[in-house]
Amino acid sequence: MSVDTATVRHIAKLARIAVSDGEVEALVPELNNILGWIEQLQEVDVTGVEPMTAVIPNQLRMRADVVTDGDRRDAVLKNAPLAEHGFFAVPKVIE
Amino acid sequence: MSDLTDLGVAAIRDGVRDGAFSAHEVAEAFNANVAKAKGLNAFIIDTPEHALAAADQADRDRAEGKLKPLSGVPLGIKDLFATKGYQTTAGSSMLGGFEPVYESTVSRHLFGAGAGMLGKLNMDEFAMGSSNETSAYGNVISPWRRSDGGNAALTPGGSSGGSAAAVAARLAPGVTGTDTGGSIRQPAAFVGITGIKPTYGRCSRYGMVAFASSLDQAGPMARDVRDCAILLQAMAGYDPKDSTSLQLDVPAWEASLSSDIRGKRIGIPKEYRIEGVPEEIDRVWEQGIAWMRDAGAEIVEVSLPHTRYALPTYYIIAPAEASSNLARYDGVKYGRREMPDKGGLADMYQATRAAGFGAEVKRRIMIGTYVLSAGFYDAYFNQAQKVRALIARDFEQVWQHCDYLLTPTAPSAAFAIGEKMADPIAMYLNDVFAVPASLAGLPAMSVPAGLNDQGLPLGLQIIGRAFDEQGVLNAGLAFEERAGFTARPESWW
Amino acid sequence: MADASVYRIQGATGEWEVVIGLEVHAQVTSNAKLFSGASTEFGAEPNTQVSLVDAAFPGMLPVLNEECVRQAVRTGMALGAQINAWSRFDRKNYFYADLPQGYQISQLYHPIVGEGSIEIEADGATKTVGIERIHIEQDAGKLMHDQHPSFSYVDLNRSGVALMEIVSKPDMRSPEEAGAYVRKLRSILRYVGSCDGNMEQGSMRADVNVSVRKPGEPFGTRTESKNVNSVRFIMAAIEYEANRQVDILEGGGSIVQETRLFDPDKGETRSLRSKEDAHDYRYFPDPDLLPLELTPAFLEECRASLPELPDAKRARYEEALGLSAYNAQVLTAEAETARWFEALLAEAALKAGKPETQVAKAAANWLISDLFGALNRLGRTVEDSPVSPAQGAELLALIGDGTLSGTLGKQVFEIMLETGQDPARIVEERGLKQTSDTGAIEAVIADVMAANADKVAEYRAGKDKLFGFFVGQTMKAMAGKGNPQVVNELLKKALG
Ligand SMILES: [Mg+2]
Ligand SMILES: [Zn+2]
Repeated sequence: MSVDTATVRHIAKLARIAVSDGEVEALVPELNNILGWIEQLQEVDVTGVEPMTAVIPNQLRMRADVVTDGDRRDAVLKNAPLAEHGFFAVPKVIE
Repeated sequence: MSDLTDLGVAAIRDGVRDGAFSAHEVAEAFNANVAKAKGLNAFIIDTPEHALAAADQADRDRAEGKLKPLSGVPLGIKDLFATKGYQTTAGSSMLGGFEPVYESTVSRHLFGAGAGMLGKLNMDEFAMGSSNETSAYGNVISPWRRSDGGNAALTPGGSSGGSAAAVAARLAPGVTGTDTGGSIRQPAAFVGITGIKPTYGRCSRYGMVAFASSLDQAGPMARDVRDCAILLQAMAGYDPKDSTSLQLDVPAWEASLSSDIRGKRIGIPKEYRIEGVPEEIDRVWEQGIAWMRDAGAEIVEVSLPHTRYALPTYYIIAPAEASSNLARYDGVKYGRREMPDKGGLADMYQATRAAGFGAEVKRRIMIGTYVLSAGFYDAYFNQAQKVRALIARDFEQVWQHCDYLLTPTAPSAAFAIGEKMADPIAMYLNDVFAVPASLAGLPAMSVPAGLNDQGLPLGLQIIGRAFDEQGVLNAGLAFEERAGFTARPESWW
Repeated sequence: MADASVYRIQGATGEWEVVIGLEVHAQVTSNAKLFSGASTEFGAEPNTQVSLVDAAFPGMLPVLNEECVRQAVRTGMALGAQINAWSRFDRKNYFYADLPQGYQISQLYHPIVGEGSIEIEADGATKTVGIERIHIEQDAGKLMHDQHPSFSYVDLNRSGVALMEIVSKPDMRSPEEAGAYVRKLRSILRYVGSCDGNMEQGSMRADVNVSVRKPGEPFGTRTESKNVNSVRFIMAAIEYEANRQVDILEGGGSIVQETRLFDPDKGETRSLRSKEDAHDYRYFPDPDLLPLELTPAFLEECRASLPELPDAKRARYEEALGLSAYNAQVLTAEAETARWFEALLAEAALKAGKPETQVAKAAANWLISDLFGALNRLGRTVEDSPVSPAQGAELLALIGDGTLSGTLGKQVFEIMLETGQDPARIVEERGLKQTSDTGAIEAVIADVMAANADKVAEYRAGKDKLFGFFVGQTMKAMAGKGNPQVVNELLKKALG
């Protein structure tokens, strides 16, 4: 499996990263190089092997249904590039 | 009295306790070293006031007989840990100026134990790198130089490059690092210090900027094994805020330290003998094996058959997780925002992420996005998680034959800045020995073994069973006693 | 020709069958969010119910709320569904301003609940609609577009609230069936207590999957109309979408599999392609969480805490209480009604000193005709009824023991509605007690006959119809308090 410029543009779009034509040109061989290298995993026989789900045996613990957080709007908005009237503001979205 | 900055964590703690010097003096001394060492670029920000405040508190606590485990010890904190009220960037311009309103669990534990903070340590951007050359805040320069008379600037390794350089250059007696695929161990080896990555889940990931969640682990880096044990003991512990945190008591690692490893079996994995690795690595490895035998351990050759697949497995899983973990950097809630003229939401996302992320981060996000995308999930990600299970199984099986593994930490000594940046795979190969233990979540430590022909440090790695940090530390101590590594870089900075 | 009860769209080329599947998002009833400790309360000031986890700050991690898991499991059990003791959370990755993490934590590969079913009644028939799965996931935040000329505003109060996504099989074939399905599902959720079913507040909303085909042919390409938030709109969206698809297909076109938006003002759906370009969710297991493993004890507790569900309750009302199918249906459709009825019944049986079976019919009839009628008039529901079950039972007892006639009973009930007073007190204070005192009644009858001597003569001459007139006059003279049966008897005797 290898990528071409169209695929690189598509991935960049999925990842929401703007790429110039020059960057796309550079990324094609770079990504192909890496993808070609990780391709070797295909040769491993994984018959009957379950994909790993927990790195170390461990049990998911759950919290009690108690309100312990919130009511700190200033902290939530403190680092926002743009906040108005208690909201985060983003360029207008037309739905 | 010798220079206070020549002291390690245990010596400072004990000296403050015994009244040999004040914590204030210690903080002043390290603050001064930090201020003088701008040429290393180890810190992104200095926080001398934090170190001093903690030191003064330590001095008061001593007067009142209320000393804490790390009273008087100033530390450097890797910039991946959120520190309340102090800029936390993860080495990225994406988070330039970001001041968290929260404290990471690891730094909270350390400060709660009485430690102060000298500053936030430089690192590879979002911990993606093995040379600290991907930081948006400039390269960290290793305090070490080759003995060939050349003045080539060397990398301290990465991603905890600032952490490594700070300890080696005596800017801090101990630091926090994080290790996703070798980021504590490889830099520790490059600068001749000790660093341990504990079992996955020992240290809480709460408040640690995520790179690859199933691999990220915090750990200490310091001058010797004992200092690492002290720091790890303070950093670790169950945290209900991290669902992958281990619900286990923290053992008294320092108190139980023992270099008596007689009768222990040390495995030498044959798959770690890799073609193309410089002969000096083999030589130091053989030397290490001899030291362990001298310590009374039994040396056994063992096999980890899937070792060669560890790196490609890692370079699927880590970028995949990273591509998702880094999606939150979108210019909306915090951090950088780039707004093209007349642009919409999507334009803002794309411009922000194009400008805020560096080349390596983008490369990994792209790889991660690709391997998870429609039609490729099974071939890449799921396959990698299966191979990962096989790699973990290899280790499980090997523990039937030995107690620890001894391997090289990295396939070379520190290299020059710029030397490997053009070839990502060559860079990735730096972690060939470190990554398998990361994939399996096992505790692993790098200890300095000696110098190569160019006078640069080389380290060896000890890997242990899950939860057996004590065994790893003990083996490390036995190794350290025999290696007698005392070399240090001569100050030029 | 298909039979009349089958829903078909008549096209130029023949009849079309509509195939409908619904993905209902139901907000799980919980105090705190699915993965954070922020409140789920509706209607708070923007961004005041947001934790740093919900806003996806660097290094923040999810921790699962046990109550949300419990409610999803109980819901699955109520639908007779397979409960998966091992499930897992996956990340669904996409960028949008209402999604701070850049991914939604959901369950794709291993949902907590598997296949189940719901019985519905629609188009005059009973039908089973299959449930494909139920999974737990996070809700997104809210975007406001009309507050500023060039910005949209983001409120994360809903971000991270727990949802159950309940996915049906494509088993429905008409808007009526879809409507019945949603109403029944809502009823079950409210019985279980896992969702308040409040569609106006967005606690329940449906993604409506619609395709059309010629009967007997394979499924056609479907479209998905997102976030439709009332039963009426769901039915309208299906109707519109099915007809739109038929028009396209008959015009020689083909259906594009796409996401659409239902516009309630225009009653139509339109394409949402803008939000969709490059949609590839890149699902993978959330590495911040471990697999969710449920213990037998946890499952047992969930099962033990389930209430009697509407279908079982309806059957019991019919079989054990002898109620009509209609009454049983009406009383069990909403959990609150059934709860009210059962409280009424218990009190009524106690007051009458009779088993519930003997007072059930009267109680059911009174509740359905009198109470519902009054509540409808007042624009209220049983939950804020001005009359309590105990008061209702007291009224029924007063009627039952002859203290009140039916007419007096209605009069007393009106006063109860107005004043909230107990019926016994009303009867006492206002002297509304029915009288069976023959002497008193006979005296009144004598007066009535004296005052209407001409009518008495007419009656005696054979104009039987006048009997009602004398009853009316007598009752009127007694202000409605005469026992109608006694009045009847004595009148007959007096008139000869
Ligand atoms: Mg849907
Ligand atoms: Zn959903």
